[in-house]
Amino acid sequence: MRGVLMVFVAGAAAMSAAPPARAHAFLDHASPPVGSSVPAAPPVVTLWFTQDLEPAFSTVTVTNAAGQRVDLANVQIPQDSPAELRIGLKPLAPGTYLVSWHVVSVDTHPTEGTFTFEIKP
Amino acid sequence: MRPTLYNDRRALFALAAALMITRINGALAHGMAGERFFPATILTDDPFVADEISLPQASLNPPALDNSQLTNIEIDLSKRITPNTGIIIGDEWQHLRAPGVPSVGGLGPLRTGAQYQLFIDGPHQALGLLGLNVIWGHTGRTAVGAPDFTTLSPTFDFGKGFGDIPRSLPYLRPFAITGNLGFNFPTQATTAGVPNPNNFAYGFAFEYSFPYIECCVKDIGLRPPFSQLIPLVEVSFTTPISRAPANQTTGTIQPGIIWAGPYFQIGAEAIIPANRLTGHGYGGVVQLHFYLDDIFPRSIGRPVSEWW
Repeated sequence: MRGVLMVFVAGAAAMSAAPPARAHAFLDHASPPVGSSVPAAPPVVTLWFTQDLEPAFSTVTVTNAAGQRVDLANVQIPQDSPAELRIGLKPLAPGTYLVSWHVVSVDTHPTEGTFTFEIKP
Repeated sequence: MRPTLYNDRRALFALAAALMITRINGALAHGMAGERFFPATILTDDPFVADEISLPQASLNPPALDNSQLTNIEIDLSKRITPNTGIIIGDEWQHLRAPGVPSVGGLGPLRTGAQYQLFIDGPHQALGLLGLNVIWGHTGRTAVGAPDFTTLSPTFDFGKGFGDIPRSLPYLRPFAITGNLGFNFPTQATTAGVPNPNNFAYGFAFEYSFPYIECCVKDIGLRPPFSQLIPLVEVSFTTPISRAPANQTTGTIQPGIIWAGPYFQIGAEAIIPANRLTGHGYGGVVQLHFYLDDIFPRSIGRPVSEWW
């Protein structure tokens, strides 16, 4: 069993000697939170990712139950927070909204996802 | 402004070209189909071409009918040649203990495979892959069970995530299944008078993805490492279709868990014989598996066709 453990440790050590890299960007958390119900309409949707993003190839949209865009199309990645994606929202009525994101991490790996949030009546 | 590729026009153009090629071919490596991430599973062949390496996978198999017990330590490499084609190569060191005889150790047979990514359907979180796997004869020590004949195995591997079912069923959406359907054709009918049957080989992995809950269903407050766990149950069976009775099916059931990080994943499963013919008791397997496309994104982690 010690031999197996040594092979595991050797494997981990060999790979940790690799040059620093950046991996796929997955959604870490969001505001409003994924699948949440919020009491008031948020002015902005903010997504935080696990890796830094390429601004030119990263975007997010927000649509209502009828499939109409309700965002302001002003996607922004703050200079001091390159793993964060924001978009402003029009004044929203109570209902369920779909957030759809597609991002590219700085090492060119694309990822995408969707989630909903609800504004309570 | 923080320097990124974006600030360099030539780099931006190169990135756009690379992304366009990726989008056209649809093959993103790393087990992605739309918003679904499929981890590399231990027992079930993955339904995607990839740049990944298991280094190592160690297993203690359940005792066989004759109470012999096999320990394996194996290495498996998957490498993309183009965005849609890949190869796999693997080998293992085996140690066999049997009652009443000295234990023996040695290399198992060399295993290789060629793969073609048949489709990736992002909206439906579906993957399909055609493969031809080969277990090469005379490449391992026969005393530990390595064959003296080559076996060809055409396979169809698939994956399906259930994130496309209605959002009114939120906690069913993290489910996913991957599977293999294939045949094993030995190139030699018998060995020392014992038949080498053609086999139908099939297996499935049933997964429930905590990362998918957090990203796409509901933020239930899980944070790493718990938000990176994927509990799963894998099953695999082999049924002779010629040269042996059809009721000689063998297989294992393997419940376990995978933790998937940014650059590697760790998996552990129990090994339970599916029937008496397979063995008795319990075994276990652990795997350390690296994502070469994330560790070396600009060199060996890319398809060979994009190296120049």
